[in-house]
Amino acid sequence: MIYFDNSATTMADPEVISTYDAVSKQIWGNPSSLHNFGEQAFNLLEQSRQQIADLLGVSLSEILFTSGGTEGDNWILKGTALEKRQFGNHLITTAVEHPAIHNSMEQLKDLGFEVTYLPVDEHGRINVADLKAALRPTTILVSVMAVNNEIGTIQPLKEVGDLLKDYPKVHFHVDAVQGIGKGISDLIFNDRVDFITFSGHKFHAPRGTGFIYAKRGKRIAPLLSGGGQERNLRSGTENVPAIAAMAKGLRLLLTDEDKKVAQQRAIRDHILDHVKNYPLVTLFSEENESFAPHILCFAIRGVRGETIVHAFEEQGIFISTTSACSSKKHMASSTLSAMRIPEAISTSAIRVSLDEHNTMAEADEFNAAFDKLYDQFKKLSNETAK
Amino acid sequence: MNYSEIMVRYGELSTKGKNRKDFIRQLGQNVRQSLQEFENLEIKAQHDRLHVTLNGEPDDAVIKRLSGVFGIENVSPSVKVEKDVAVIKQTAAAMMQEQFVPGMTFKINTRRQDHDFEYDTNQLNDMVGGYVLEKVPGIKVQMKKPDVILRVEVRLNGVFLSSEIIEGAGGLPVGTGGRAVMMLSGGIDSPVASYLAMKRGVKLDMVHFFSPPYTSYQALAKAKELTGKVANFGGDIQFIQVPFRKIQEEIKEKVPEGYLMTIQRRMMLRITAAIAEARHTKGIFTGESLGQVASQTLESMMAINDVTTMPVLRPLVSMDKDEIIKIAEKIDTYDLSILPFEDCCTIFTPPAPKTRPDLEKSRNFEKLIDVDALVKEAVDGIEIVNIKPNETFLNKQEDVFAELL
Repeated sequence: MIYFDNSATTMADPEVISTYDAVSKQIWGNPSSLHNFGEQAFNLLEQSRQQIADLLGVSLSEILFTSGGTEGDNWILKGTALEKRQFGNHLITTAVEHPAIHNSMEQLKDLGFEVTYLPVDEHGRINVADLKAALRPTTILVSVMAVNNEIGTIQPLKEVGDLLKDYPKVHFHVDAVQGIGKGISDLIFNDRVDFITFSGHKFHAPRGTGFIYAKRGKRIAPLLSGGGQERNLRSGTENVPAIAAMAKGLRLLLTDEDKKVAQQRAIRDHILDHVKNYPLVTLFSEENESFAPHILCFAIRGVRGETIVHAFEEQGIFISTTSACSSKKHMASSTLSAMRIPEAISTSAIRVSLDEHNTMAEADEFNAAFDKLYDQFKKLSNETAK
Repeated sequence: MNYSEIMVRYGELSTKGKNRKDFIRQLGQNVRQSLQEFENLEIKAQHDRLHVTLNGEPDDAVIKRLSGVFGIENVSPSVKVEKDVAVIKQTAAAMMQEQFVPGMTFKINTRRQDHDFEYDTNQLNDMVGGYVLEKVPGIKVQMKKPDVILRVEVRLNGVFLSSEIIEGAGGLPVGTGGRAVMMLSGGIDSPVASYLAMKRGVKLDMVHFFSPPYTSYQALAKAKELTGKVANFGGDIQFIQVPFRKIQEEIKEKVPEGYLMTIQRRMMLRITAAIAEARHTKGIFTGESLGQVASQTLESMMAINDVTTMPVLRPLVSMDKDEIIKIAEKIDTYDLSILPFEDCCTIFTPPAPKTRPDLEKSRNFEKLIDVDALVKEAVDGIEIVNIKPNETFLNKQEDVFAELL
């Protein structure tokens, strides 16, 4: 099989699983226990935290563990709203965020908060002038994703950060779930960012793991109250085996990052260069540095995305319609509709998403399968080639 | 840029006439100790500067460590090239290109030790400056207060180019200000007070009161690990562990509750003073800050300080908690300090300690215990370990875990 759906999830690395297994069997004490056995688990937990902090060039106390990207996004948004509600009730995000952001915002709206969704251009990118115009004295948070999960657009985080330097009290959040290990850490860890969301299963760590970066001195209210774990900010007995496994996954991910990024980009471009010549194809991802190296989104006009996905599946190739979260609900891609792509085209969109284990040979196989299927699609398509 | 050498400029010590030699020797020793893990370095302390030759060691890690050593005004990483004008020019242009931002101004400042070199300083300034202007479009020359000064030093053994100046920690070399004993609890304050004491050149020995099972071995390990962090700023530190359990139990049994804390503190200070005297050190430092807790009111300080005539120095006395935390973060002790282990100060805290203890009453209540015998027993029972910069104690399985991670 060829797995080209790595933005949905990645295969857990065998080495990561062996860490999970070893820790589960040997170091299963509760890190909060006073005795030596618990202390061991505590030390491993903190060493994992230290390793993650060191890999990302931040401080130990700035890393807080979560259950994944959705929790991280929910926490930073709602935690900011709770923490800063006496200072303002206005939040800003983009029209192309993951549902974890969008639906959290909608929930906050129901509670009386005001939300601005920034529009995007034809590349799926926000304009910093729109952000500037949207900022109000009551704005408490700006949340902008690093890499769009559907088409791979990299948002102008540096420009956003530079603008927000004039608004030091506004929490600046970056959802970097799709951005880690993709050669843009300088952009993600820009000098203004306050909070960042990460998810473990997008980089070969077990499901149900994740962490947030919270800049020292920036406060958010806890959503999970209880025994006071994670500095009293996120209660619940720590998932030490999964956390240790995630720390390892991150180390493996960031080893030779440049090489891996170049390889993914080369494979992505190899497919992109191939499909772009077909008249029924509309490309959404672009072949330049302002798009992430691992995501390719395009439509075969006149054929439904689901049909394309299943047709590739029959060839042993796994891809997706634009995002795993929306694909089963038969919704048009939210990113593409924000880009004002007509629904007739956006429902034909598919996403190829790579990781560092994919190969050029797989890309060739994909291209060959594409040629074969395209002939069938051509007959199927109710649209004439333009 | 691949730097080959780091030049260290001395701080305040340049002004101290006849002690200068001692200062330079001490600073050289401190620098050597704080850089001991980098095996290939060559360190030479000269009368006006100190030179660290990298020999392939990572420049950023060495600079980071150096910028924490007291007595250093600033450091400049430099590139050593052969005495060939073409190479000098190319290196200079590459250095300026790396730092260039639109509108940047620069000048070349040449110094020549080797007077046999074929060009003099003016010629070199002109040639190198001209080449940079040509190769870095948009850069401008400015003689008065340029953004960057590119220093070119023609020495006998090569030519050294440097353009960056990284600020050092200032202060005086640790060891030139005498030796004192520090009362280290393991909280946020005492490591910061240690740091500030060291900043004025004082070499510290740490005294830590250990009272198992009322305090945990983790609390002891944490105090030692904090000592390792503080040692980053002045080299190895002697850690003196004092058995305190018996004294605490005696006090708890015999002294009225309101004075538990005051008498306990008096005993701690007595023991510390006895240790300080025995080691011929000249003072006691503490992390006390006025008004922070019950034992840190003026009344309390008077009632406690009563037991010794040795100077008790409190660098944090008028600092706010926020200011203290800022320094703790800077010196990387904050995360450790807030680890939640019981230490000897929290466990025997009575529900309502006297914030204004009476001196006479303190003296009288103390007569209820056998002070001299208890102090002697504690001092006889001390254990001393030498702690190296960055030495770790909390996580003994660090290496085992590293395999898993």
